[in-house]
Amino acid sequence: MNQENCYTVLDDSTILGIAEICALCRVDTETVNEMVDEGLLIPEGTSPETWRFSALSIKRIQVTLRLQNDLRVNLPGAALVLDLLEELDELRSRLR
Amino acid sequence: MDYKDYYKTLNIAKDASQEEVKRAYRKLARKYHPDVNKNVDADVRFKEINEAHEVLKDVEKRKAYDTFGNNWQSGQEFKPPPNWNNRYRKADYGSQHASAEHFSDFFESLFGGGAGHFSSEDLSSFSREHHARGEDLHAKVSITLEDSYHGAKRTITLNRTVDDGRGSLTIQPQSLQVTIPKGIIEGQQIRLEGQGNVGYGRGSHGNLFLEIVFLPHPLFTVGKRDVFLILPVTPWEAALGASIAVPTLGGNVDLKLPPNSQTGQKLRLKNRGLSSKTQVGHQYVTLSIYTPSAETAEQRELYEKMAKLMPYNPRSGFGG
Repeated sequence: MNQENCYTVLDDSTILGIAEICALCRVDTETVNEMVDEGLLIPEGTSPETWRFSALSIKRIQVTLRLQNDLRVNLPGAALVLDLLEELDELRSRLR
Repeated sequence: MDYKDYYKTLNIAKDASQEEVKRAYRKLARKYHPDVNKNVDADVRFKEINEAHEVLKDVEKRKAYDTFGNNWQSGQEFKPPPNWNNRYRKADYGSQHASAEHFSDFFESLFGGGAGHFSSEDLSSFSREHHARGEDLHAKVSITLEDSYHGAKRTITLNRTVDDGRGSLTIQPQSLQVTIPKGIIEGQQIRLEGQGNVGYGRGSHGNLFLEIVFLPHPLFTVGKRDVFLILPVTPWEAALGASIAVPTLGGNVDLKLPPNSQTGQKLRLKNRGLSSKTQVGHQYVTLSIYTPSAETAEQRELYEKMAKLMPYNPRSGFGG
């Protein structure tokens, strides 16, 4: 069995620049640019060079890529799905 | 090996048209996509749907599959027929569906499987040097609320592509010890560096992303970092005030119930939620007053006395 591993919790206490987030999600900067333009990702900072992403953005990017790949959803569609899923989670936790 | 009824998986008739196959697949793929469907077995179902579609969408593969299906009875052990000459065994699938990595043994015995499970896309961008970073792996790990409250260690098993030591890549189930950090919450991911699939050539290992899912708890529910509990109390505890031992994820805590408390009132136990190093969660206790039933004459008399002494209309807000 492998021993204890090096891990990072991807919560909002981990902050990443555009190069790091692109490497982690294996996407190019153009893809991230488009996602920011769509409002799907909301980084802090005013220009791509100063953008700071919360590590929660990683999941949003990964889910978007899977939705695009598996369900042929386009970017605005993926943004809508992500927002609705968030709302659904909130409603579910209120129901319990 | 079990025979797989792909028509049943897509919920279509054996004589369904290619159009019907496509429509049924798309509908089910939307419904069971693991990012959309919260059921723990959604990814298994999603893979089955993709596998069925992979065969039925291709007229040639479908014809070959139908040839077996005609001779097979439900519950029968499945073996590929001896005259099956691997005509259809080519590793050309798997490149289209990022979330549908490996198909069943049944599928592979009929149509073959790719050795390294690299998608054609990965290879094309790296083919000049013949090095490619290993694929990232994604998995969900179910933990209890106590695991998050205290922090925990979990052993998980996952199928990974590894180097077999003789220069070729195989998929093997491997165990991995994972630290569940204190205060992790549902939906968050843990990234384990280098714990994804092995790289190709001199390419580095991929990463492993684990998404946290909470198992249902018999007492508590959770919203983000906060823990919720419905606390049953008696009418006299609510009216007179009381000190009540309330369960929390860290053990019982004394709660001071103020006099004249009501059903629905919420009390906060500070820092008793899912707190991480940097963020704090609380426990919220919602009161629910339970009245004992009046069974004896004496008990009924007591309720009647209360009605006389404490006339009270809880529905005054309704008007009319």
